[in-house]
Amino acid sequence: MTLLLKGGTVVDPGQKLKKKRDLLVEKGRVAALGEIRAKKSWEVVDARGWIVAPGFVDMHVHLREPGREDKETILTGSQAAAAGGFTSVMCMPNTQPVNDSEAITRFILERARRAGWVNVSPAGAITKRLEGEELAEIGEMVKAGVVAITDDGNPVANNQIMRRALEYAKIFDIPVVDHCEDRHLAAGGLMNEGADSTRLGLRGMNRTAEELHVARDIMLSRITGARVHVAHISTKESLSWVRQAKKQGIAVTCEVTPHHFILHDGDIKNYDTNFKMKPPLRTLSDVRAMLEGLSDGTIDCIATDHAPHTRLEKETTFEEAANGIIGMETAVSLAWEFLIRRDTVSISRLVELFSTNPDRILKLGRGTLEEGAIADITVIDPNCEIMVDATKFRSKSRNCPFHGWRLHGAPVMTIVRGKIVYQRVR
Amino acid sequence: MPLSVKHLLGIEDLTVDDINLILNTSQSFKEISARPIKKVPTLRGKSVINLFYEPSTRTRASFEIAAKRLGADAVNFSVATSSVTKGESLIDTGNNLQSMNPDIIVVRHSAAGAPHLLAQYSKYASIVNAGDGMHEHPTQALLDALTILDHKKKIADLKVAIVGDIAHSRVARSNALLLGKMGAEVWVCGPPTLIPVEFEQYGVTVTYHMKEALQGADVVMMLRTQRERQQEVFYPSVKEYFALYGLERKKMKWPKKSAIVMHPGPINRGVEIDPELADGEYSVILEQVTNGVAVRMAVLFLLLGTSEESEQ
Repeated sequence: MTLLLKGGTVVDPGQKLKKKRDLLVEKGRVAALGEIRAKKSWEVVDARGWIVAPGFVDMHVHLREPGREDKETILTGSQAAAAGGFTSVMCMPNTQPVNDSEAITRFILERARRAGWVNVSPAGAITKRLEGEELAEIGEMVKAGVVAITDDGNPVANNQIMRRALEYAKIFDIPVVDHCEDRHLAAGGLMNEGADSTRLGLRGMNRTAEELHVARDIMLSRITGARVHVAHISTKESLSWVRQAKKQGIAVTCEVTPHHFILHDGDIKNYDTNFKMKPPLRTLSDVRAMLEGLSDGTIDCIATDHAPHTRLEKETTFEEAANGIIGMETAVSLAWEFLIRRDTVSISRLVELFSTNPDRILKLGRGTLEEGAIADITVIDPNCEIMVDATKFRSKSRNCPFHGWRLHGAPVMTIVRGKIVYQRVR
Repeated sequence: MPLSVKHLLGIEDLTVDDINLILNTSQSFKEISARPIKKVPTLRGKSVINLFYEPSTRTRASFEIAAKRLGADAVNFSVATSSVTKGESLIDTGNNLQSMNPDIIVVRHSAAGAPHLLAQYSKYASIVNAGDGMHEHPTQALLDALTILDHKKKIADLKVAIVGDIAHSRVARSNALLLGKMGAEVWVCGPPTLIPVEFEQYGVTVTYHMKEALQGADVVMMLRTQRERQQEVFYPSVKEYFALYGLERKKMKWPKKSAIVMHPGPINRGVEIDPELADGEYSVILEQVTNGVAVRMAVLFLLLGTSEESEQ
């Protein structure tokens, strides 16, 4: 099938392009860019007024399969990704069993291939069973298809093991992704430690629990030369560590979630468990720092930390509720509303955050629309007004704090390898 | 004038008028408990369920007695004897109890916000918070206020020192809120490891030195060291804690001569308070317990009064 996207604005920071261009897709690849006259046999999409960007990459999602298919499956997660404008996702290894082996990696990839919606690239575990003790067979997993390693929710506490993991990752030039949290200092905290945790009587998690690990990872990256990627960065001080490290040429990158640049701890009302996640929502001044980091380039990408949970795990007390919220089907609209419409970043910068940069970090080779590139494309209608309705999500889960929000700007078409996998019904 | 709230979830939600209304109503209910026949038919035909997920002797008994003295039927559910141990969720338990059409559910739970969760699912019954985790214990603060009023005739401008494990104490939070709303000068005192961050948001003064807190105080409120809530070590030993923050006779030279000593109980004798002081001339600890019944009668009465205005 030949597909012509006609009249859209192609935004591709990889080739410093932001111009009105027709884009021709043939055999799964970008065949031409320019002014193209449509042929009868082609499928033509009127893209006037729309943004045509290289496919968005969400480098932090939990697809829950294998093990917790009641929360999400690779199929439903892929559908949610497509509907959210993502053409590629990286899924975290904290499945049951843990993705710490070639076999599980192959299983995930096979499921994703059969689902056939978006590209799913697994992240492998750093240590066996995420226990932080013995290195997993990283080389075997890389061979099978993992694009990064992480112990995600169970960050490696032992600094020597973390150092060894970083050194080892250099063989394959993959990033080591870290959920930065010192477990002792976090002390089972349920929300950010501050005036609101005191007022609500909820155990607080001190922000330094994150910052210590960010600083540690930067120092370990400095001595090893390995690439470190800070997952869901959330505090002002964490960001300033990263900013400083980047100036010194240390190989550190970081991501932020939409909820950490939009919501803060004061938004936790009536013990709503859809506001419970790790890292917790921080303060208003941290939210401002995230926006600054997004605009000044300190933050490399936006990732959702899509964390599906069943109703049972969320409809309970704040203390007992599971950590995390889903995000793939709201991220692009939230970013458009809060970053573009409020003039925090340019459209080109947004595409960098969602596509160019995560693609570069994970070396997927899909973050551009140059002629000949794989045709993974995200199309956005800047004027589309949506009302977030969690009951209509493709995801199996509903744990979303943005339900009922009115937002502007939405993905209207998602194309993976030249195939339209999602199209918004007008 | 009814209360401004349907549920009593915390002092935070109450207006000064609400607090005065509860305290005034409590004053008039005190007399019932002094009668030979301690029962009036005011809430006859109403049912009150005490749903206790944490062990409690006094608070539960106090609510039960309060309900019964007003003629209501009181039923107790405690964690060991109910289906909670079979894994029934809080919401399910709440919905099941609601289906029996109680008028009030009194709940104590180890998780902050548990009463709020029940309230969200409650179509009819009023929820009364009898202590939720480290959050609030509103009736305790109200009975403390009633006790202070008995002795000091006012709350505004009194110096009140709250001493001990502030971090894990719902009593400290509810009292700081209530006393602040009523215009008292509140000092809180304890080791820095047991003072939660930004406790000053309640308009209180924080000190780590007992002398500063007690100096010239009208009311000394000692808190229980909540070992069951402490997941780490916050002080080296009970001996050292007592030396720094325990209430002993020699420290009683700092507050006013007319000062009263309070404690929400149960007392850890010798840990936070000298046994002699707990029973001594400054102590109003047992009066607090007596006032607890009156305050809870008032709360039950007023909450039911807001749903049916006719009951006077």
